[in-house]
Amino acid sequence: MSNLFPKSANKLPLQILVYLFFVGGLATAGITYYATNSYANVGYAPVQPVPFSHALHAGQLGLDCRYCHSNVEKSGHANVPTAQTCMNCHNQIKVDSPLLAPVRDSYASGDPVPWIKIHQAPDYVYFNHSVHVARGVSCVSCHGAINQMDVVHQDKSLTMSFCLDCHRAPEKFIRDPKLVTNLDWKHPEGESAQVEQGKKFVHDWNVKPPQSCSGCHR
Amino acid sequence: MRYVYFATFFIAILTVSVLGFRGTLSTKPPLELIPDMDHQAKYKPQAESPFFADGRADRPLPAGVVAYGRSSTAADGVFLAADDALYQGKNASGEWLHGFPPAVKVDARFMARGQDRYTIYCAPCHGALGDGNGITKQYGMGATPSYHDVRLRQMAEGEIYNTITNGKGNMLSYADKITPEDRWAVIAYVRALQRAQNGTAADVPPSHQSELGLK
Repeated sequence: MSNLFPKSANKLPLQILVYLFFVGGLATAGITYYATNSYANVGYAPVQPVPFSHALHAGQLGLDCRYCHSNVEKSGHANVPTAQTCMNCHNQIKVDSPLLAPVRDSYASGDPVPWIKIHQAPDYVYFNHSVHVARGVSCVSCHGAINQMDVVHQDKSLTMSFCLDCHRAPEKFIRDPKLVTNLDWKHPEGESAQVEQGKKFVHDWNVKPPQSCSGCHR
Repeated sequence: MRYVYFATFFIAILTVSVLGFRGTLSTKPPLELIPDMDHQAKYKPQAESPFFADGRADRPLPAGVVAYGRSSTAADGVFLAADDALYQGKNASGEWLHGFPPAVKVDARFMARGQDRYTIYCAPCHGALGDGNGITKQYGMGATPSYHDVRLRQMAEGEIYNTITNGKGNMLSYADKITPEDRWAVIAYVRALQRAQNGTAADVPPSHQSELGLK
């Protein structure tokens, strides 16, 4: 009976315990890394019905964001442009391009182009574009360098902690509202000058980004 | 025990190789492990709706409706856009208005607003100077007229307003992008551009003439 368990079995309970800690740590790390918006949503770049390039229109041509997203200063919702907006130029430029067929059809019929929405705030979040734009939060802060993207992808996690990073320290981000659509702008004198100027704006404009639940949820 | 660690390690590698890293571009819609209440039974702007035949939640205006814009402080002209000078660019006898409607006040702030709107919506084709040499010209846009022709310098403000509102020739309407007040601000700025291109030394105030080496 003395050989029923080998001698090494004496260490087994400890080894199992260590292994469980190891697996637990690995699982926690995996869930932290994968089960959040930073993994799930960032990088989402759907194939759109028209291969519209922001790098060409906003970057190379230098069109202002508001040429197309014209309601962003007035409305909580930053609108996807009408087909007529495209036709302002494309009734003369690339008029026969097959890639633009959905736009021409939409302009003729009045039915919308079925663009795919990329940046999705959950339905319990009441984000308002106009208030952010009016107080100098640039498009680039939440959407990334759209003017360099041929195909737009989600660049930031847009999680609640992402929102709070700015709501707790707005001076790091806010700028002169005239520069909101200048996506390449950074304070020419660097980070500390940005914070200094930001603090002035926060004070002058009485910026008080809400951190209470009802500021964004209702 | 060593094999158990090997197996775990293998599973970890497998997970990473299947799921990839953060920020990798993907055309597939994001996975939702826990949907919470992300998708509620309500419509957001420009959303889809299976209920309506055309599939959109935003309903187009029925034919013949007039935008209702009365406010308790604004004058009655705002009600049903009844102020013809402000909303049509026409004077009392139905001709194109010369000058600006009484409802707008032309001052430095108004001009700055006009410059701002002009730069966003007009400059891509008409150019920063109003000479018709906007960026779109390099990409095949047809001839864009220069504001500095005699015809456009003498054009009534009301007619310019009408062009912005309803379009003309190849230019489509900008009524959905520029509000009536902003259209007048843009016209004020266009007038400033025209004056700047056709100015003479006499237009420079005496106090600034020395800066240009005129005296």
